[in-house]
Amino acid sequence: MNWEPVIGLEIHVQLATQSKIFSGASTAFGAAPNAQACAIDLGLPGVLPVLNEKAVAMAVKFGLAIGAEINLHSIFDRKNYFYADLPKGYQISQFETPIVGRGDITIHLDDGTSRTVGVTRAHLEEDAGKSVHDLFPGQTGIDLNRTGTPLLEVVSEPDMRTAAEAAAYFRQMHTLVRYLKICDGNLAEGSMRCDANVSVRPVGQEEFGERTEIKNINSFRFVERAINFEIERHIDVLQGGGTIERETRLYDPDRDETRSMRGKEMSEDYRYFPDPDLLPLSISQAYVDEIATTLPELPEARRSRYREQLGLPEYDADWLSNDPDVAAYFDAVVDATGNAKLSGNWVMGDLSAFLNRTETSITDSPVSATQLGQLIARLEDDTLSSKTAKTLFEGLWEGNGEVDDLIDSLGLAQMNDAGELETIVDQILADNPDQVEQLRSGKNKVLGFFVGQVMKQTQGKANPQQVNELIRSKV
Amino acid sequence: MERFATLRQLSQGLADGEYSSAELTAAYIQRIEAERAATNSFITIDADGAATAAREADEARAAGNTGPMTGVPMAHKDIFCTSGVLTTCGSKMLHNFVAPYDATVVTRLKGAGAVNLGKTNMDEFAMGSSNENSAYGAVGNPWDLQKVPGGSSGGSGAAVAAGLTPAATGTDTGGSIRQPAAFCGITGLKPTYGRVSRYGMIAFASSLDQAGPMTRDAEDAALLLSYMAGFDQRDSTSAYREDAWLHAVPEQGLPAVDGALTIGLPAEYYNNLGIADQFAEVRRVMEALGHTCKEVGLPHTDAAIPAYYVIAGAEASTNLSRYDGVRFGHRCASPESLQDLYERSRSEGFGAEVKRRILTGTYALSVGYYDAYYVKALQLRRLIANDFNAAFADCDVLLAPTTPGPAFARGQLTKDPVAMYQQDKFTVPVSLAGLPALSMPCGFADGLPVGAQLIGPAFREDLILGLARDYQRETDWHLQSPQLSSEKSS
Repeated sequence: MNWEPVIGLEIHVQLATQSKIFSGASTAFGAAPNAQACAIDLGLPGVLPVLNEKAVAMAVKFGLAIGAEINLHSIFDRKNYFYADLPKGYQISQFETPIVGRGDITIHLDDGTSRTVGVTRAHLEEDAGKSVHDLFPGQTGIDLNRTGTPLLEVVSEPDMRTAAEAAAYFRQMHTLVRYLKICDGNLAEGSMRCDANVSVRPVGQEEFGERTEIKNINSFRFVERAINFEIERHIDVLQGGGTIERETRLYDPDRDETRSMRGKEMSEDYRYFPDPDLLPLSISQAYVDEIATTLPELPEARRSRYREQLGLPEYDADWLSNDPDVAAYFDAVVDATGNAKLSGNWVMGDLSAFLNRTETSITDSPVSATQLGQLIARLEDDTLSSKTAKTLFEGLWEGNGEVDDLIDSLGLAQMNDAGELETIVDQILADNPDQVEQLRSGKNKVLGFFVGQVMKQTQGKANPQQVNELIRSKV
Repeated sequence: MERFATLRQLSQGLADGEYSSAELTAAYIQRIEAERAATNSFITIDADGAATAAREADEARAAGNTGPMTGVPMAHKDIFCTSGVLTTCGSKMLHNFVAPYDATVVTRLKGAGAVNLGKTNMDEFAMGSSNENSAYGAVGNPWDLQKVPGGSSGGSGAAVAAGLTPAATGTDTGGSIRQPAAFCGITGLKPTYGRVSRYGMIAFASSLDQAGPMTRDAEDAALLLSYMAGFDQRDSTSAYREDAWLHAVPEQGLPAVDGALTIGLPAEYYNNLGIADQFAEVRRVMEALGHTCKEVGLPHTDAAIPAYYVIAGAEASTNLSRYDGVRFGHRCASPESLQDLYERSRSEGFGAEVKRRILTGTYALSVGYYDAYYVKALQLRRLIANDFNAAFADCDVLLAPTTPGPAFARGQLTKDPVAMYQQDKFTVPVSLAGLPALSMPCGFADGLPVGAQLIGPAFREDLILGLARDYQRETDWHLQSPQLSSEKSS
């Protein structure tokens, strides 16, 4: 039998607010345990939550960016369960009335096709703390720094059919929230976490199979691997005549498998009800409209602009629009040079290689977009050869000076003076009579030898095309 | 100094230099300590803190920096968090809890220069109508120590009635200020929901809890309210109000009641009332004041108790989840697992009534019962609020008994929770509607005080307090004081 997987994702986006969603404590990552947990985060007796308006604005911004309905009236509910790192014994979330309704996200697949994935809803909620199981033998440590960090939980429709689509959706979400500046997108620090709902059904069958949920996946690669593992597991079970139990599973990246975490019999009744400490959240259409004016150029629009207006190939347009910081850098280089293709090549090539090698973020690049633009301009006016341009780039990277100064001080300008070059060519031809003979007899490969010699003699400053022409004319 | 002095009298005495705050405070502390056992109305006496605050108040006065509350002693119900002073909420669960912050109510009164004498006894987590649910012992009614003082603010009620403090804060979820005020023969106001910040006030049922003053008369209640009330950005449910009359209270007292009022008498509250004679007399006084009384209907009154116990229980069941033995409060010895920690800490830390309400509240919110209980209770709540709205279309304020009768004997209702719950049947509807109401002394039955309840439209505390003030000018029920055991013996 042929099986069709059905996949939906729930992505928790940690909102990049300065303070927590219901308290004034800082949300900065990496502080000493419990150093950023105030009385409200600790759930001490008598404390009350007060909603952080910034988190609301970010949720609205997200909703607008995916073309979703913004619910002007939404409600915070309590989700009740006991856990050591959940101080109040309930999580404040939005259950029946989320702030963001139905929207859409376009994803791009490696085969060049695109498709739309529906977003069912997105709601605001507070994060829980962390239980630390491996630090104190026989005991569990509780770190409540993360408690109350604002999350936007984005729930997709069960619209994806392959693990690759799911990974592309997760990536696209990552791109989008970084464009919107509502999340730092740092997966390693848990700024985006994903739960995947997976089921399979016989191809052609309308209704969904029983699903399982894989919790807390925090890398693009693992999403794909975890889902693929789970799809295979479902198919194996079903083909072996078994049934899939609805359950929650954990993905173990070390063993590349999913394991049961808690089954149906343990499924909890969260006793959702409206939090009486918080009034229903009412926002005005004017407030939404105001936020709409702050939306940046979105990834889809930028991508199209790169292809249609800048004439970039699809691969380049994708690559350059994926990360808003990269795209902003690229835009600045293009502004300076007017040459999109060459700018793209430099950003995707040398710059990217240097950044990767030194693990530097593009926003911290020692070579500014203006400098790279000037370098490209000097390439275009033939002051630089591609080889001297690389030398110049290294000089800029090391912070040794500005473009034109470095060209002078390093002597990188191409030797465009025909007279000087001719003398050198004559000398080399005279020194290598055998090769001249070979070239004359039609062995064109020898031409490369001569160009190489000239370049060596001129330390790469000769214009190779000019050298070519000179040699041909002389031989 | 007169034992049953009002806040205003003490304020005047301080202003006139009859005594310093240090002297006044020391006298109260001495009296509380000497008579502590009789009523058991205090859980914590903060002698040191009070002495320090009194000294600071005297210094402020010397510097010419005073207000009406500067150096005036009072007490807080042990439900308000007080920085550095034990806050138990009447529960073993919090036997060791010292908050690192003051409740907003505490901050505001402290800022006004009031001196906190200590923390008054209460039913555990404010759940009870007799103060018999305190982990720190039952409280005796000063009028008869074998009778209950009411609850949950029973310690505040008894302490004010016994003259151990001129005033105290209380909280009212379903009658917890008004019923003990009635039983103890004092004046107690439950303000409109949202009038007073709930920040730092340990939650029982968030949508109902409201702090208010418990005092010797209506003018004192207004004075204390003027400091307690006000928008607080730390409480999302607190109301932003610009009530000029309230700001003027400390300097000018309550405003005059404007003209003749129509006073509604809800028929459902007077059916088979055992204290009808006392209310006929209240009505006579009100009419003598120039007001008109007329009967009105509040047809959904009987639904109030069931709706209240579903809603309050539901909210309490999750409000009390934070008492888990993990971060503060009672923790069982040598827990073997997280589950064991929860089960034993909570089993040991909570009393029977608290457990009963957590269980019923949990049940009401469970899948399959939510619609039948919680949602239904919310619908009833709406109908009850509509009753009041309709009544206020016909009248300005409502006059009703606070309780079905005077204080009952200790132990009389402890075996029958439903009968105990019925004690609140005249106070709970007002709580569900979020309206302001006060109880004031209006006579005696069997030698015990009887309380009359005045209920106003939302944020019209000026009306009910003003009417109570006028009533108290015509009567002296509020000036009666119990024969105390210490006085008998001396």
